[in-house]
Amino acid sequence: MSARDWDSHPPYIHEGYKSTALRGPTKPLVPLPHTLSERTGPVYGHECLGPDDADLTLNSRKTGEPLGERIVVSGRVLDGNGKPVPDTLLEIWQANASGRYNHAVDQHDAPLDPNFLGAGRCVTDADGVYRFHTIKPGAYPWGNHPNAWRPNHIHFSLFGPTIASRLVTQMYFPGDPLLALDPIFRGVPEGARDRLVSSLDLGVTEPDFALGYRFDIVLAGRGETPMED
Amino acid sequence: MSSKQTPSQTVGPFFAYGMTPEQYGYDFASIAGATVEGIEDSAAVTVEGHVFDGAGTVIGDAVIEIWQADTEGRYNHPNDQRSSNQAFKGFARWGTGTDPENRFVFRTVKPGPVDSEQAPHINVIVFMRGMPNHAYTRLYFPDEVVANAKDPVLMSIPEERRGTLLAEKIERDGGVVYRFDIHMQGAAETVFFDV
Ligand SMILES: [Fe+3]
Repeated sequence: MSARDWDSHPPYIHEGYKSTALRGPTKPLVPLPHTLSERTGPVYGHECLGPDDADLTLNSRKTGEPLGERIVVSGRVLDGNGKPVPDTLLEIWQANASGRYNHAVDQHDAPLDPNFLGAGRCVTDADGVYRFHTIKPGAYPWGNHPNAWRPNHIHFSLFGPTIASRLVTQMYFPGDPLLALDPIFRGVPEGARDRLVSSLDLGVTEPDFALGYRFDIVLAGRGETPMED
Repeated sequence: MSSKQTPSQTVGPFFAYGMTPEQYGYDFASIAGATVEGIEDSAAVTVEGHVFDGAGTVIGDAVIEIWQADTEGRYNHPNDQRSSNQAFKGFARWGTGTDPENRFVFRTVKPGPVDSEQAPHINVIVFMRGMPNHAYTRLYFPDEVVANAKDPVLMSIPEERRGTLLAEKIERDGGVVYRFDIHMQGAAETVFFDV
């Protein structure tokens, strides 16, 4: 009945990530049969996109190019049957190359980049493919424990076909030594962690311009079309 | 073939410019704000509340999303076969960080019943720093006593917890306010669903 596979997701409360202690539900979730309410969800498509929304190196320039390593992040959005999810909205946000968020509560003493906001969105095409241009985000310290640093990551938010497919997650980069030390990443069941790590892909890379990373995303739920195979 | 789900992660503390940029004053358009698009002013109501953590502290870095049917119970989605009111978007999103009391405050309409069994309700999705997965709940209306008593979802919940899904109706400044506090933990822990 549940669309979410709980072997794939972190528990609401886990010891290493301190803030979860007072914020995660403690009582078992109540199973909810999928009624029309769960078989529908917000529909946001191409009409909600600005012209440069998918290019974070362009969409908030003031005086010139943002600093840092240009990258392309691309992948496919799939449903639980492995079928592409077309025309679905992705929203992303991230730190700049120095590991600084353009946000009032970010106290990290690293420089802001006047030419980089760090927010973008795009809609998947008919094959479920999305593609962003951005700057590789830096690592940043946080208060969870002494000398805690978040690995480089990009936050992703997706709707998918219905509210049952809603997903907010984070994409990481291959070979990052901070992954082994990060309680947010390590809260994910061990066998599922590698699904959050993108891969360097020369097919996504734009020669002499930007390195490409591939990050495929599988949503909960079975999509709209019944399975044929 | 089946594919393995991508794990969920927290929205973190810095979601504002990605999810709710206009609300927090960023120069980037929001896809949705606090007012459900396409509502008729004459039918508008306010839905507001606080999100509390297990210590009873109000959470100022949560994001709340609502998804609902229109006044006739129709969702604006291809899976709702009835011809829907296309102007009515049915969705709104708001962060708890800009209100002086750290409330979420939505402007919407009271939905009609979406089928013959269920009482009118608003689907609520909760995100916050410190929560690795989003949480689903539902807001039910206290002025729907008869429909609520027959609602299969409400009736599937132990009686002593049903009240956590009932909003409180308040008249304020000539308008209707449905107050819906969300308690992540504690004696009044809100019922959250495995959707
Ligand atoms: Fe982050």
